[in-house]
Amino acid sequence: MTQLTVAKAINAGLARAMEENPKVMLMGEDIGSLGGVYRVTEGLKSRFGAHRVLDTPLGEAGIVGTAVGLAERGYRPVCEIQFDGFTFPAFNQITTQLAKIHARSDGQLTVPVTIRIPYGGVIGSVEHHSESPEALFAHTAGLRLLAPSNAQDAYWMSQQAIACDDPVIIFEPKRRYWLKGEVDEKTSPGDPFKASVIREGEEATIVAWGPLVPVALAAAEAAREDGRNVEVIDLRSLSPIDFDTVTASVRKTGRLVIAHEAPTFGGLGGEIAARVTERAFYSLEAPVLRVGAYHLPYPPAAVEENYVPDLDRVLEALDRSFAY
Amino acid sequence: MASRTHAGAVPSTLPRHQILDEQGAIADDPLLSPYVADVTVEQLQHLYRSMTAARRVDEEGTSLQRQGQLVLWVPLRGQEAAQVGSVWPTLPTDRIFPSYREHAVAFERGLAPSDLMRLFRGITAGGWDPEEHNLNLYTMVLASQVPHAVGYAMGTALDRKAAQDAGTPPETDPEAVIAYFGDGASTEGEIHESMVFAASYDAPVLFFIQNNQWAISVPFATQSRVPLATRAAGYGFEGLRVDGNDILGVVAATRYALEKIRAGEGPVLIEAETYRMGAHTTADDPTKYRERDEEEQWGHLDPVDRLRAHLRDAHGVEDEFFETVARENDEIAQRMRADVLAMTPPRFEDSFAKAYAEQHSLVDAERAEYLDYQVGFAPQDEMDTHDTRGAGA
Repeated sequence: MTQLTVAKAINAGLARAMEENPKVMLMGEDIGSLGGVYRVTEGLKSRFGAHRVLDTPLGEAGIVGTAVGLAERGYRPVCEIQFDGFTFPAFNQITTQLAKIHARSDGQLTVPVTIRIPYGGVIGSVEHHSESPEALFAHTAGLRLLAPSNAQDAYWMSQQAIACDDPVIIFEPKRRYWLKGEVDEKTSPGDPFKASVIREGEEATIVAWGPLVPVALAAAEAAREDGRNVEVIDLRSLSPIDFDTVTASVRKTGRLVIAHEAPTFGGLGGEIAARVTERAFYSLEAPVLRVGAYHLPYPPAAVEENYVPDLDRVLEALDRSFAY
Repeated sequence: MASRTHAGAVPSTLPRHQILDEQGAIADDPLLSPYVADVTVEQLQHLYRSMTAARRVDEEGTSLQRQGQLVLWVPLRGQEAAQVGSVWPTLPTDRIFPSYREHAVAFERGLAPSDLMRLFRGITAGGWDPEEHNLNLYTMVLASQVPHAVGYAMGTALDRKAAQDAGTPPETDPEAVIAYFGDGASTEGEIHESMVFAASYDAPVLFFIQNNQWAISVPFATQSRVPLATRAAGYGFEGLRVDGNDILGVVAATRYALEKIRAGEGPVLIEAETYRMGAHTTADDPTKYRERDEEEQWGHLDPVDRLRAHLRDAHGVEDEFFETVARENDEIAQRMRADVLAMTPPRFEDSFAKAYAEQHSLVDAERAEYLDYQVGFAPQDEMDTHDTRGAGA
C-alpha cells in the first residue's frame, strides 16, 4: 500500500504498463520534457526514452489518427488530450475511425488505443478547459469509457485500459488530480467496467462518477446528520454502464439521484434514469432525479460554481426525492 | 477544367513528369526515365492486363448496381494507370492504405474482385483480411485513413529501431507505407496533420494523390491554386507531379519515391494528374456540373489507349494479344458477377459480436433482447429475413 495522488497514481500505472509491455507508448502535446500540463507523465520520457514518450506536434486528429495506425501495427498507444475541450479536433478520428474499425473489419483488426482526457470543471480556468463531454462518446458504439474517482482506480484503470483490446477513453477527474488515496499495487480492484457501492445505505441511492464522487459521499454524510441513510455508487465505467449494480441498489432503497458535471439534458443521467425506471419501476418511491449542469456553454470561471452541481444541489435533490 | 484567376496568386514552377506521351511514344525524362529503363514488354503486357481487367470489372460494377445488385458502385474509369502504376512497384511487405476508389490497386495487390464487391453488395463494411495482402480496408470518411498510414509507418520505423537495438542486421528492403487520397480529400485538415506528423517523425510513407480533377461536383480549381505536389515543399519533403495517365511515368515516379523512402529519406508525395472519366458514384450525375467538351478532351488522354498504342507501335504487339486479354477480362467480370449474385447477407445478430473485441455487457444484453424479440416472429416471417439483396438496396 502506498499513498499517492490521483496524478501520481496514473503516472505509476502508465510506468508499470510500459515496463511490462514494450509496445506501450505515450503520445501527446507537452507530455515528454514538460511531463504534461498537469505533470501526469512527469519523468516518463527520461525513463523510457523519446521513442516511447512522444512530444507530438500540436494536432489532436494527428495524435489519435497516427495512434490508430500504430495500433494496427501492434503498438498500444496512450494518447493524452491536453484538456477536455480540445478533444473535438480529434472527434472524427475517435468516432468514425477508432470506434468502428473492429466492426468494419468484421473483427479482424483491433485498435487498442487508450485516450486520456483530463476533464471537468471548477478549476478556475478559461473556455474549453472545464468540460464534461462523456455522453458524446458513450453514445458511440465501439468505445469504452472509464472514469476513475480515486488513486486506486486511477492506477489500475490506466493499466486495464491499455491491456484492453478495445479503444478506451479515460476521463480523468482533473480537479481531483491532487486527491491522495491508498494504492494497492499488488491487488487489482477487478473488473474496471463494474460499478462500486462505496457507501451502503437503505433509504436512497446517489450515483456519481469522477470528480463528483467526493461530493456524493459528502451529501450522504450530510444526510446522515438528518437521520437519512444514503447509499453511494461510484459508477466507474460509463460504457458499458453497470446497470445491474445500480438497479440492485434502487430495488433496495427505492430512491435514486444521479449527479454529473455534464449538462443534464442529453446527459448520461437520463440514460441511467430510463434504464432504472424500466427495470425497477415497482421499487421506486419517487421519480429518478438528476443533478447536472445547465444547458449552457460552460460559463466563465467567476460563476462556474453556479453551473456545476455541488453539495447543496445534490442535497436539494435528495430532499425532493424524500418529499415523495 | 474550370479555371479561375486569383489576384496575387503565385504560379507553381514544379515540372510535370511524363515518360509516355499522349501518342504512346517515349518522352525522355531526365530524372525518372532511368527508373523504367528495365521494364520489359512482358511487364508492360502485365500492366495492360491489370488496367483493363480493372476497367472491365468496373463496368460490371456499374451494371450490377443498375440492376439493383449492389447498393453503390464507385467507378474508377480513367484512373487505371495512376492506380496500377503506383502499386505495381510495391513489395508485399509494404502496407497500402486506400481511400475507396482504389479497385485497381486492390486487384493488383491480389484481392479477388468479388472480395472487394462484398462492401458494395452491402453485406459488410470491410470485406477482406487486411493482413492477407497488406491492404487496409476502404475508408469512407475522406482523408481519415491518411493519419493511420502515417502512424503505421511510424510503427515500422519504431520496429526497425527496436530490431537495431537488439542487434538484428538491417533489412535489405525496409517496409514502406502508401497512403492514397484524392484532390478533394487534400483539403481536409487531417491531410495537413498527417503531413506534419510524417515530416516530424521521418515516417517512411508515400502520399499518393490521384488528382482526378473533380471532388464530386467541385472542380480542382476550388481545392487549390497550385498543383498539390507543390504543397510537399511546405512540409519540407519532396513532391513530384506526374502525368497520371502515363503508366510508365507513374511507375517511375513511384519507384523513385519508394527508393528514397526505403533509404530513410521519406516521406515523399506524388500527385498523379488524371481524370475521373465517369461519375463520382452510381448516385452521381456529372452532366449537371461539367461540360461534354472537357470529358472528350480527357477522353483523348485515356491511359489504356495510350498504353495500347505504345505496345503496338513500340513493341509490335499484335491484335491477338489485345483480343485475348479482352476475353479473359470478360471471364473475370462474369466470375465476379456470379460470385456477387451468390453472396448471402450476414445474420444481423452476428453484428453484436463485432462491435467490440472484448465482452461488453450492454451489447450482450441487447443481443439477448433482440433474439428474444425475434423468437416472437418465428416461423412465419422467417422468409422476410432471407432477402438475398442485402441491406439498404
